[in-house]
Amino acid sequence: MGFGPFLLLALMEGLVSAAVLALTAVGLSLVFGVMRVVNVAHGAFFMMGAVVAWFVAGHVPGPPVLGWIAALLAAPLVVGALAALVDVLVLKRLDYEPEAVIVATIGVLYMLEQTALLTFGPDARPVAAPFELRLQLPWFGYSGYKLFVVLAAAAVLAGVWALMQRSRFGLIMRATQVDRTTARAFGINVDRVYAGTFALGAGLAAVAAVLVVPISQVHYLMGGDPLLLAFITVIVGGLGSLRGTLMAALLIGLSDGVISMFWSPTLSKIIATLLVALVLVFRPQGLFGARA
Amino acid sequence: MKVWLFHLAVLVVVGVLALTLPPYHANNLARVLVLAVFATGYNLAFGYTGMLSLGHALFFAAGMYAAALPATLWGVGALPALILGLLAGGLAALGVGLLALRTAGVSFMIVTLMFAQAGYLTVIYFNQTTGGDQGLVLQGGARRLIGLDMAQDGPRLWVAFALYAAGLAGALAIVRSRFGRVMLAMRENEERSRMLGYDPFRVKLAVLAVSGLYAGVAGAAYAVLFGYAGASFAGVQYSILPMLYSLMGGAGTVLGPLVGAAAMFWLIDIASGLTTAWLMLVGIVLVGLVLFAPKGLLGWIRERWMPWLP
Repeated sequence: MGFGPFLLLALMEGLVSAAVLALTAVGLSLVFGVMRVVNVAHGAFFMMGAVVAWFVAGHVPGPPVLGWIAALLAAPLVVGALAALVDVLVLKRLDYEPEAVIVATIGVLYMLEQTALLTFGPDARPVAAPFELRLQLPWFGYSGYKLFVVLAAAAVLAGVWALMQRSRFGLIMRATQVDRTTARAFGINVDRVYAGTFALGAGLAAVAAVLVVPISQVHYLMGGDPLLLAFITVIVGGLGSLRGTLMAALLIGLSDGVISMFWSPTLSKIIATLLVALVLVFRPQGLFGARA
Repeated sequence: MKVWLFHLAVLVVVGVLALTLPPYHANNLARVLVLAVFATGYNLAFGYTGMLSLGHALFFAAGMYAAALPATLWGVGALPALILGLLAGGLAALGVGLLALRTAGVSFMIVTLMFAQAGYLTVIYFNQTTGGDQGLVLQGGARRLIGLDMAQDGPRLWVAFALYAAGLAGALAIVRSRFGRVMLAMRENEERSRMLGYDPFRVKLAVLAVSGLYAGVAGAAYAVLFGYAGASFAGVQYSILPMLYSLMGGAGTVLGPLVGAAAMFWLIDIASGLTTAWLMLVGIVLVGLVLFAPKGLLGWIRERWMPWLP
C-alpha cells in the first residue's frame, strides 16, 4: 500500500474515533458547562453503557440488529438513571463544591468499575455488529459499520444541538448555566435541571459506548482511555463550549488516527496530554473558546 | 515541647509494634511507613497549603526510576540511588509547579493529572529501558544500604522507620515554623495573604518542591527496600492513594497520613482476602469521607480533644 492510501486509512480510522470521542466529550462538556463540576466518573458511565449493551444484546432473540437497537435504547436510559441517582445521593449533598465533587466522582469511578468486575467479570467480551457490510475501496476493504458509526454520532449530536437550542428544556438548561440563582428566582427547579443534565451527559457516553462495542470489545476497564481523551477534548475546545468541543474532537480524533498509524498510540496520547496541560496553563479558555 | 514529646511517643509506639508484630505484618508495616512518607509530603501541599494535586504519582515515579535505573544500568549503590531519587522528585515537582501553579483549583488538578499521565505513558513508551509494566528488579549491591541488606525483613523495617521518623520531624518543623503559618494563610485566603506581602506563587512552589522531595525519596526507598520498580507506580492510582490517606487520617494534620496509610493498608489487606474487587473499598471510603467525614480521623480528634495537635 502506498503512502496516499495509508494516510486515507489513518484518516478514516481517525474520523471514527473522532465521532465516538465527540459524543463522549459533549456529555462531559455539557455537565461542566451547566453544573460547573468535573465528572471523573464519566468514563465509568461509558463502560456501564457498554456492559448494559452487552447484557441486552445477549438477551434479545433474533437477528443481531434487534438486540443492537434494544441496547441503543436501554443503555442510555439505565446509565442516565444511575447518573441521576449519583447526582441526588452524592453531588447534591456536596453542594457541587468543585474539588469535593472530583474526589467523590473518583470514588464513584472505582465503585462502578468494581461492580462491573464483580458482575460482568474480568474478561473482554464482544458484541455482534448490527450488520455486516464491507466497502471495497481500490486499495483496501473497509467496514461499513464504522462509517455508520460516524453518521449515527453526527445524528445524535444534531439532536443534542436541537435539544439545547430549540427545546424548552434546553432553554431552561442554558438559563441555569448563565445564572443559577436568577433561574431559581424565576421558578426553575435547579435541582431537577442538574439531575437531568448529569443524566443526559452520562447517557451520551452510554450511546457512544453502544456505538463502539461492535468495533472494540466490552471490558470493565474500558472507560480509562475515553475519559482521558474526553478530558483532553473538552479542555482543548474550551471548557463548556459545545462548538469548541466538536472542533477539538475532530482535531484530536484525526491526529490520533494519523499519529497512531504512523508512529504509536502511546506517543499520540503523550502528545495529547502534554498539549492539554499547556493549553490549560497558557490559554485557559481553550483553543477555540472566546476569552472570558 | 509537648508537641515534640507527643510525636516522639507515637514513634516509640510504632517502634514497639515493629519489634513485636509477626513477620507478615512487620513487612506490611515497612510498606506503610514508606507510603506514609509519600503521603506526609502530599499532605504538606494538600492539607496545609490547599493545593489539591492529582499528579504526585509523577514525583513518586521520578524518584523510583531515578533510583532504579542507575542502580540496574550502571550498578549505582543504594545510598546514592536514594539521594538521586530525592532530588529527582523535588526537581519534577519544581518543573510541574512552575507551569501548573499558573492555574488554581480544578484547572490545577487537571494540569497535574495530565503531566502525571504523560509521565506514565512515557514510562510505558520507553519500555525497553524502564521495563514498562514488567518493571525492573533490583538485586545485590543495589539493595545494600550502609552495610545493611534490604532483602532481610529486620533491617528493611528499621530503615523504613528511620525514613519516616526523619520525614515526620521535617514536616513538624516546617508546619510549626513561621513559613508553616504562611502556608495555612495561603490555604485559608490567598488574596489576603497577597495583600500582606506574601507571594502565593513562590510559597506554593516551595511547598510543592518540598512535597516532591518527600515523594521522590519515598519512591526511591520503595524501589530499594522492596527491590522492584514498575510502571504501575506511575499510574493515576498512586496519585489518588496519598490523597486518600491524607483525607482518611485528616488533611492538615502531621500524623494523619500515617494513620490513613495504616488504616487503608490493613483494610485493603483484609478486603483483598475476601474479593478480587478490593478497589471497591477505595471507592466507598473516598465517597464516604467527602460526604460524612471531610476532616478525617485526626481532624475529628483535634476538634474534640486535642486542639494543640499540629
